[in-house]
Amino acid sequence: MTTPKAPAKKLSLKENYALLTRDLGWKPSYQTEDALFPAVKFEGIKIHDWDKWEDPFRLTMDAYWKYQGEKERKLYAIIDAFQQNNGQFNVSDARYLQALKLFINGVIGLEYSAHRGFNIVGREFPGVGTRIAAQMQAIDELRHAQTQIHALSHYNKYFAGMAEFPHQFDRTWYLSIPKSFFEDAITSGPFEYIIAICFSFEYVLTNLVFMPWMSGAAYNGDMSTVSFGFSAQSDEARHMTLGIEVIKFLLEQDPANVTIVQGWIDKWFWRGYRLLTLIAAMMDYMLPKRVMSWSEAWDIYFEQNGGALFADLARYGIRMPKHWEVTVKEKGHVSHQLWSTFYQFRHAAGFPVWLPTPEEMDWMSLKYPETFDKYYRPRYEHWAELERQGKPFVNATLPQLCQTCQWPLLFTEADDPTEICYREGSYLGEKFHFCSDGCKDIFSKEPEKFVHAHLPVHQIYQGNYFNAGVNPTAPDFNPLVEALKYMGINPGVDGGDFAGHIDAMNWELWTKRPANMHAPTTPNTAPERKSA
Amino acid sequence: MTVEIRVQAVKPLRNTFGHIARRFGDKAASRYQEGTYDIQSEVNHHYKPLWDPERDLYDQRRTAVVMKDWYALKDPRQYYYGSWTIARAKQQDAVDRQMEFAEKKELLRSLPEAARKAIVFALVPLRHFEWGANTNLCLVSAYGWGTAVTQAASMATMDRLGMAQHISRLGLLADGNSGESLVQAKHFWTDHSDWQPLRREVENLMACRDWFEVIVAQTLIADSLVYGLFFNQFDSKFSSEHGPGLSTVLDFLTRWHDESNKWVDAVVKPVVAESESNRTQVQAWADHWRIAFLSALSPIAQGIMGPAGRDALAEINTKLGARLVKLGLQDHGAAL
Amino acid sequence: MSHSTQPVFIALQANNDTMPIVEAILADNPHAVAHEYPAMVKIDAPGRLVVKRESVEERLGREFDLRELQINLISLSGSLDETEDEFILQWNAA
Repeated sequence: MTTPKAPAKKLSLKENYALLTRDLGWKPSYQTEDALFPAVKFEGIKIHDWDKWEDPFRLTMDAYWKYQGEKERKLYAIIDAFQQNNGQFNVSDARYLQALKLFINGVIGLEYSAHRGFNIVGREFPGVGTRIAAQMQAIDELRHAQTQIHALSHYNKYFAGMAEFPHQFDRTWYLSIPKSFFEDAITSGPFEYIIAICFSFEYVLTNLVFMPWMSGAAYNGDMSTVSFGFSAQSDEARHMTLGIEVIKFLLEQDPANVTIVQGWIDKWFWRGYRLLTLIAAMMDYMLPKRVMSWSEAWDIYFEQNGGALFADLARYGIRMPKHWEVTVKEKGHVSHQLWSTFYQFRHAAGFPVWLPTPEEMDWMSLKYPETFDKYYRPRYEHWAELERQGKPFVNATLPQLCQTCQWPLLFTEADDPTEICYREGSYLGEKFHFCSDGCKDIFSKEPEKFVHAHLPVHQIYQGNYFNAGVNPTAPDFNPLVEALKYMGINPGVDGGDFAGHIDAMNWELWTKRPANMHAPTTPNTAPERKSA
Repeated sequence: MTVEIRVQAVKPLRNTFGHIARRFGDKAASRYQEGTYDIQSEVNHHYKPLWDPERDLYDQRRTAVVMKDWYALKDPRQYYYGSWTIARAKQQDAVDRQMEFAEKKELLRSLPEAARKAIVFALVPLRHFEWGANTNLCLVSAYGWGTAVTQAASMATMDRLGMAQHISRLGLLADGNSGESLVQAKHFWTDHSDWQPLRREVENLMACRDWFEVIVAQTLIADSLVYGLFFNQFDSKFSSEHGPGLSTVLDFLTRWHDESNKWVDAVVKPVVAESESNRTQVQAWADHWRIAFLSALSPIAQGIMGPAGRDALAEINTKLGARLVKLGLQDHGAAL
Repeated sequence: MSHSTQPVFIALQANNDTMPIVEAILADNPHAVAHEYPAMVKIDAPGRLVVKRESVEERLGREFDLRELQINLISLSGSLDETEDEFILQWNAA
């Protein structure tokens, strides 16, 4: 015991953190470990020593509050300034706002889901270090959900398709893609959850969501979103280090864990990749000022960065995820295939859709020299011609959805872009449909889980997608209109063609600038002022 | 990039989100409102949880009490993430000054040996009580229903970690950063006979899976008794003998507790008021856990305060009874 | 453990607060290259990158806690090791 006369010992960061945190837990005596932590055995993962967990960011709560409080002060000052100065009118053009709708209706729900998922893990793991890391991430995700809501709140006051984001997240047909992704993760056990989200999503794939999107926001003058994005990214840096620590911890605890973890890496890489197709279309088609192509982003952030990561993990016996080569083969195709699909179903979307202009198609030719002019320019030019003739193309049926990822079956065979990729499987005498081998593999490993998927198109056909009090036998009953209302989409208002959309018209009225900078329609909206 | 626009001519088309307007009317909404109401997913869940296949992912049946609208459990502090972290950062700045002062002046280290030992025995083991509370509030944040109560529980989870770390720092103030007080405190928590009944009830509560029962047991019952006994009664007695040095570093805990109680009351009251069956259920929980924690605290109360500990506990128990009445419950005056 | 030369990076917001940090990093890591993007600076290096508290303090003119990096950090890659004096990103080879 140090005598009162000797000065108090000076503690290093590591020592201080260890003393304040490491020994908080204890072995229970009055209840069993299983009674307190009932969820950690059923997945087959073996943990011999929870204390081997190393906390990469040694953040005690006093430091957390200090630095996060500082970040919030700065961020909200910017959001306030943005609102006071009507910053929403400074973005490049009104098409950019449509990308924001994907964000508000699709991503906020994901952030909130992550918050809840990490709360579960924060309770169910016995180890002190792992629980604290999970709890911190849980509260960070709440931060993201709420700062996004606040950053985008002002846009909602002026533009369509943003006012019903929680309602849409639970019901809109293409939003079941992100919703089912996260619900798959949270309904899994805690170990699968952290591999799915911490490692596969937050580490391997996160840069693909945030770097292009936030740079896109910056390029297009969206101060509010860019501020949110960069502020949130500093939390993401902590999440990424958690992701890499999680995987090493599991792999080092027991060799039996390797096979299980590899299976999860395979599943979640593929599910995460499919989810990111939304980003691909956003980057290539929805940003008036483009940052880079999906193909370039995939090359930098997956092929190069991901390659480095898996090279590092090879010493544990982990290999690249299954079907990774398909993602490389597809990178020249997915964004175009998705945008074509949204164009066809624009009357059923919560946002308007438009065809790329000749100038934009030239950018695509440059970025996709092997695929765009051969496979996709011809269809856009054909559809543009139909529009000019007053016979715009619309797909009048509903798309078949993949049982696993819930995308419409719009993807093509990896080695033949002229063939739609269809896969089938069966379970208990019923037939199921998939967009790819990757999705079929996922289903085949857990059919009992995936038969419970809530597929919006199936629900519409089964007559479940109508609000209470709607009478299907009434003479003026329109099933599509009623389904849209159920989904929280304003029929004939929120979706459809961009030209003539209420956002486009209001944009030109309010800003006197073209709603579509690549296709200014009237003389008095031609750009008079140059950007500073 | 600057653009001139005729600001006065541009009126917003709507003042807030659809779900907020349906609740409060189409007018400007607060950040708390926009960040809280109706955010949690409610319907059309995919997949049965592997860890609870009889229920849905978010399921109101995870507690025995029933509410027509769980968003009635509004946080009177209106904490969303931003206002919570900024508030805590401000509080933490003040705490850091207190702790720096305490360290410089050796407020705890320079106490007589018996007094120092008393702090290590009486208070430092509570870092484990706080870890138990962290575990329990985390259950609420994980399995509760609706953003209003779960977000507050999530913040409370991190608050408890903060309290656990603060109490740990008290130990380090007492032992000159050697860490010995923490080792001793853990030993008291796991092995000293005076502490075992409390540890037993903490573990019993950690095994409880009804999230609203956990709120009642932890935040209303256990915290009232524990904070009242250790940070109020014991502190008063200690200060009367050794001066205010200890009180200055307990200030953070008591202020936090007072603030948190506003939330606890606002959460329990509407549930009790909703229905006769809720009131009966909450009453049963309150009575059960009150008896359990009172009897569990009796040995340690006397261990830290001698015979005066019994009166101290009785006084706190009386206060708790009055508070229960304010919340619409009955004071069944559990015997010690 | 031997070190690999796979790329690591750190990305920071481009603002007044990060200028001295970026300078310090480039001075201490001869193999590092800075790329500028809208509102962001990304510093890439083969295998290893270190941020030294002292170097930052020299250029900042005040005491600096490496945890302050959190405020302007955007992203990073590589395994992290953090002490009071150094913030190190590196990959370990098989």
